[in-house]
Amino acid sequence: MTDDHVYLTLAESDHEAEARWAYGTGFADPLLGVDTALAPDVDGADLSLYCQMLGDDALILSQRLIEWCTRAPELEEEVALANLGLDLLGQARLLLSRAGQADGSGRGEDDFAYWRPEHEFRNVRLVEVANGDFAFSVARLLLFATARGALYELLAGAPDPVLRAVAVRGAKELAYHQEYATAWTLRLGDGTAYSAERMQAGLDAVWPLLDELFTPHEVELRLGVDPTALREPVLAALAEVITEARLTVPTALPLARIGGRAGRDGVHTEALGPLLAEFQSVAREHPGATW
Amino acid sequence: MVQQEQSALEERFDAVVAAEQRIEPRDWMPDAYRATLVRQIAQHAHSEIIGMQPEGNWLTRAPSLRRKAILLAKAQDEAGHGLYLYAAAETLGVDRAELTEKLISGRQKYSSIFNYPTLTFADVGVIGWLVDGAAICNQVPLCRCSYGPYARAMVRVCKEESFHQRQGYELLMTLMRGTEGQRRMVRDAVDRWWWPSLMMFGPPDGDSPNTAQSMAWRIKRHTNDELRQRFVDMTVPQAEHLGVTLPDPALSWNEERGSWDFGEPDWSELQQVIKGNGPCNAERIDRRRAAHEDGAWVREAAVAYAAKQEERNV
Amino acid sequence: MSDMSWPLYEVFVRPRRGLNHVHVGSLHAADDRMALLAARDLYTRRNEGVSLWVVRSNAITASTPDEKDPFFEPSGDKVYRHPTFYDIPEDVPHI
Repeated sequence: MTDDHVYLTLAESDHEAEARWAYGTGFADPLLGVDTALAPDVDGADLSLYCQMLGDDALILSQRLIEWCTRAPELEEEVALANLGLDLLGQARLLLSRAGQADGSGRGEDDFAYWRPEHEFRNVRLVEVANGDFAFSVARLLLFATARGALYELLAGAPDPVLRAVAVRGAKELAYHQEYATAWTLRLGDGTAYSAERMQAGLDAVWPLLDELFTPHEVELRLGVDPTALREPVLAALAEVITEARLTVPTALPLARIGGRAGRDGVHTEALGPLLAEFQSVAREHPGATW
Repeated sequence: MVQQEQSALEERFDAVVAAEQRIEPRDWMPDAYRATLVRQIAQHAHSEIIGMQPEGNWLTRAPSLRRKAILLAKAQDEAGHGLYLYAAAETLGVDRAELTEKLISGRQKYSSIFNYPTLTFADVGVIGWLVDGAAICNQVPLCRCSYGPYARAMVRVCKEESFHQRQGYELLMTLMRGTEGQRRMVRDAVDRWWWPSLMMFGPPDGDSPNTAQSMAWRIKRHTNDELRQRFVDMTVPQAEHLGVTLPDPALSWNEERGSWDFGEPDWSELQQVIKGNGPCNAERIDRRRAAHEDGAWVREAAVAYAAKQEERNV
Repeated sequence: MSDMSWPLYEVFVRPRRGLNHVHVGSLHAADDRMALLAARDLYTRRNEGVSLWVVRSNAITASTPDEKDPFFEPSGDKVYRHPTFYDIPEDVPHI
């Protein structure tokens, strides 16, 4: 132990140092030991679509979080926001990979992320709208993390082993996201007059997009993972935070659907097109290339 | 009497440094030593933070999810490195807010390399390989710097930086094995980044008046030219292995020296970039200033909330 | 400085069970909760620790280097504080 280099002593404590890195040789497979065989009573096409729904939510929100990079209100928040983005990106990768296994197409995570057209993206509209200011982003994160955390707890009993594994791991990550978003909602809501105004405006703006997270798609119903059950506990949890932040729980009506369809059906806002154009641009410039 | 005390303090300081011991924050130190460290550590911290921008430019467009995750983790590391370094600077009695102010008003510098644009995704790989590689050459000796907090911060920075270099090189190997379009991107990026990377070590020894004092204080361990040579010797075989040609016709093995001879960088270009005329100087500072100013109301709200909470708890 | 900056916190990490918390650096945070979250993100980003302490830097009282002599030197000659002062027969177990 070298006493004048604290981090050397810290480094000594790990036997799998490499596993800590997002890259490097020792990357630990999060699905290690998980039986990836499809359960016989689960429809592969349905499971694939469901994995795309949850995977796209995580993927698109991580892209929005990434847009904060070099623009955060303080350097400590740069690190925190990147962490949230990395967690969601990690979940998206597992879920999209599973989607390609489930439907038997053998498509990988990148096939889904880079080569699907917009109308095949299944994310809710909440995650795709532009970032707005920090209060708006915090409001969106609060809604998403609260709802997704609750869903992952529910999915700990899902019919698919990979989905279960993602949910168990993701629930811990989402608990942190919720803690982060809650803390900032309180600070902004109960901070200065201006920040309270911004936080309220942020909540009012994202509120109409919340309902989609509780509106079941036929695929979800067939898989027995009805998100309707989340509505009450999530609304109660949100109301508690918003009240503690001395703000008003918005009463705005849900954003209208189009002919009964919305994000889960591949019908989006105008925000998704430009996001994907940027996201997919390099990959599409080099068809067939590996990176 | 006072003078006697002063010289006793100086003697003790010199003895600690000469014995390869560390100077710690509350120790007496010469004013010029403190000022040199503040300037160097602040510049280093600013470089990490500004350095997030050129690569951050490709975060939203990274062509695979794995590369996206790696790049995001790397940008996060850089923010972390900036923070460790600002923390080290603060032990010398300066405030981070003050340093940030000096950065965005142009009164403190950051590494000129970040004033060059990233034009293709291959730039991400070349920055990892050459820019982070050059940074490692500069930084490894700093782990033995005489100022304790700086040395300790550098231990961690270097550990993480070596992974950055590896990911860069691995990306380039992948691209060189890929399509002709990908290989072209790599060659173009190497052509653009090679000379600026050599300039990262600073002006030639003859034009670097502060080096001698920094070496006497054990802040610096090697001269600019020594480090530049070390970098070239390390990099040439890597370039050969990669299958790229470094854009220097004067590059040749010198049997006698056991080192590579190389050409002279265009120092007038470096001077231009340092003086603020680099391709991206204005954008880099503007972005940093915008983030700082746009975030002011958020930071203020957090302070106001903390004050209210404290009041309520009384 | 017109800008309101956040106070400084010192961060201590316990690298693993059985070891003391060690000082690893500092960060700025508006409140304790933020400091703890930021410390987790910044100083244990790669699972370098099992436990964290954060404390406002201005809450730390330190000895000054000038006090070093009276403060630290006596322990050097109080040899009874050091385990090697005591001769224990080799065959006494677990000491």
